Amino acid sequence: MSKSRLFTRKLDLRNGAVELVHGAGGKASAQLFEELFRPAFSNPALDAGDDAAQLAGGARLVVATDGHVVSPLFFPGGDIGCLAVHGTVNDVAMGGGVPNHLTAGFILEEGFSLSDLKRIVDSMAEAARMAGVTVVAGDTKVVERGKGDGVFITTTGIGTLHPDLATPPAAHRARPGDCILVSGPIGEHGVTILAAREELPLSAPIRSDTAALHGLVAGLIAAVPGIRTLRDPTRGGLATAINEICRSSGTGALLKEAAMPIRRPVEAACEILGVDPLYLANEGKLIAITAAEDAAIALAAMKRHPLGEEAAIIGEIVSDPDGFVQMETPMGGRRMVDWLVGDPLPRIC
Amino acid sequence: MCLALPAEILSIDGETATVDLDGARMPVSLAFLEGVAPGDFVVVHVGYALTRIEPEEARRQLSLMREGTAPGMAEGVTG
Amino acid sequence: MKYVDEFRDPDTARILADAISGEVEPGRPYSFMEFCGGHTHALCRFGLEDLLPSSITMIHGPGCPVCVLPVGRLDMAIALVLEHPEVILCTYGDLMRVPGTGGQTLRTAKSRGGDVRMVYSPVQAVELAQKHPDREVVMFAIGFETTTPPTAAAIKAAEARGLSNFSVFCNHVLTPAAIDAIMTTGSGATGARLDGFVGPGNVSTIIGAEAYDEASEKWNKPIVISGFEPNDLLQSILMLVRQVNRGEARVENAFARAVRPGGNEAAQRLCAEVFILRNSFEWRGLGTIPGSALRLASGHERFDAERRFAMDYVSRPDHKACACASILRGEKAPRDCKVFGTACTPESPLGSCMVSPEGACSAYYLYGRHRDSAARRVAAE
Repeated sequence: MSKSRLFTRKLDLRNGAVELVHGAGGKASAQLFEELFRPAFSNPALDAGDDAAQLAGGARLVVATDGHVVSPLFFPGGDIGCLAVHGTVNDVAMGGGVPNHLTAGFILEEGFSLSDLKRIVDSMAEAARMAGVTVVAGDTKVVERGKGDGVFITTTGIGTLHPDLATPPAAHRARPGDCILVSGPIGEHGVTILAAREELPLSAPIRSDTAALHGLVAGLIAAVPGIRTLRDPTRGGLATAINEICRSSGTGALLKEAAMPIRRPVEAACEILGVDPLYLANEGKLIAITAAEDAAIALAAMKRHPLGEEAAIIGEIVSDPDGFVQMETPMGGRRMVDWLVGDPLPRIC
Repeated sequence: MCLALPAEILSIDGETATVDLDGARMPVSLAFLEGVAPGDFVVVHVGYALTRIEPEEARRQLSLMREGTAPGMAEGVTG
Repeated sequence: MKYVDEFRDPDTARILADAISGEVEPGRPYSFMEFCGGHTHALCRFGLEDLLPSSITMIHGPGCPVCVLPVGRLDMAIALVLEHPEVILCTYGDLMRVPGTGGQTLRTAKSRGGDVRMVYSPVQAVELAQKHPDREVVMFAIGFETTTPPTAAAIKAAEARGLSNFSVFCNHVLTPAAIDAIMTTGSGATGARLDGFVGPGNVSTIIGAEAYDEASEKWNKPIVISGFEPNDLLQSILMLVRQVNRGEARVENAFARAVRPGGNEAAQRLCAEVFILRNSFEWRGLGTIPGSALRLASGHERFDAERRFAMDYVSRPDHKACACASILRGEKAPRDCKVFGTACTPESPLGSCMVSPEGACSAYYLYGRHRDSAARRVAAE
């Protein structure tokens, strides 16, 4: 028996707009799912159309969730859609998980263009495909015009702990003497968003570095199963991430500015915008903490992967009763690298 | 706020120059700086060019710096 | 050459640092004030004090226009934007989080419905005025002589475009007057301690190095005009040490690549046309200083926001516990302030020195407070 047509008219994905009724849970919601979300994410779990998905999985699950409210929605190098996939895939990977599945919750603003929504959803689907994860469940709500900012996306990622890991990487495991590595040049996503958002007529060859890092992480874990800590330095930048690790492990850190990878145009844009790249978000980079004797192996493993070609050892964990993160400047002086203060860069992720 | 950066003039259109700082480009007003041309470096502050950087002066100062000395200090001369 | 990296070369920095160590006379202390906030920031951000011999103390000066803006002036701007919904107040980012009376900031004013917009240039403010003829655009203008010509140029641009909805809340201040105030404040206590000044580089591109001849002679202190890269600062400090050792008190231009004799005359002419000296102006920390600030000159009154919106200045005190005043005068260091790092931090600042990235307290907190802990631990051992 063929299903009778549930919807009298197809959604106008080119010129149509989100309406409040799309979030009400009725036919309009069903249509939005049928004609926009499902074709993009299609997989057996999702296509079944239930509220939850039953997944095969071992006992050692790794779960992470992330909200995405970035403004602007589309920026050089990516958009809120692929950012939402990469962000959560990366969180799962930083916990030592091999990401398998994602859920996606959308909060849409009434009046938001359906063609933009399709663009975002297609980008998400592509990012998920490339990352080898499936979007198995989701939800959509619509808020009145003016109460949202186009679209907000929350993704939850589920993975299974990497089989080579005896102990999952965690911030508290860092020890004095350990080495700190970064997978590549810093500040790219943050400065791109800032430059895109400000009304400064600044143009620079900068783009978001948003990327799924679990492949890079897999290579790292295979090379160094005892890896102490993995962290992706998103909001708050490298500085905040390292401060968090030190606080968690009761240590301090000493970084070397001369070893910090950063691209010239990013550095220049930061000078013009008056921001410190250490505090800008990275969406396709990771920090790895390893025992000193493992640092060279970890570095080599990262450099073998396309997302880690410019990896570098940038410092070491030290013993410090104050838990300060310090940095040696190129001329041999010292400065502190404090936590990010306040939130001078709203909605960059 | 004292933030002022040296940037290279790429082109000039009337009173506005397009400058480059390591790949980052932006327009800068030449409202109170005359006699500059593409290829010159200017000091930029809040969207305006303050002054031109003199390459010869810069070179002179750098070579003194590399010797650990300063203008007027070489051979005990007071400037 | 791009004029940045070359002046940050680490090997050259070490050569200059060694030269300074070789130049200081054993057993003789040296105290220099770096006037400009940009210099304070560079010192801290590059950790340059670690390269200097311990006999040299750098005292942070009041050359941070955000830091010296008195609370009452900030209150005026906050009141303006809250009481006048037609106003778009354009401000440099540094001012957004400075606390006014009662802890209000431009940021909280924005969240309460005031139309406050961050700009990087007065050009953006003029463009806003052109784009929104139904609104009143006010540029919150602050800064020393470096920033004054841009404001003047913006006013002339608004005039040329025939804009009747653009005005400036003028808080421009003058450097030589501030140096005089430093030297006389507290019956000359700070002045007596100082052996010389690292003079403001960017200000001098506008007013010329000669502008400091009078101050140098009057107070008998050497002044070395410096660029902002680490090696500029190191070389300038070397020159100051040399002058002190020889008992000299001259102005030297160590930023000759940017500072011409006479400065930028076109910029000076532009300012002279648009601005006039105020009789007096209150500075945070330095009190009321005559002839130290500017307002709109006759012929340009319509661009004066204070006149346009009948804005009145009321002197308001700093927060009770705030020691910004003493710090700006060079009498106290940030660590001497009772609330430094406790009640007053960058995320909850009580005074302007902690908000502005060029403020002594902010620079010290963000870049330098590891030195304190180390010192305390050494003392305890």
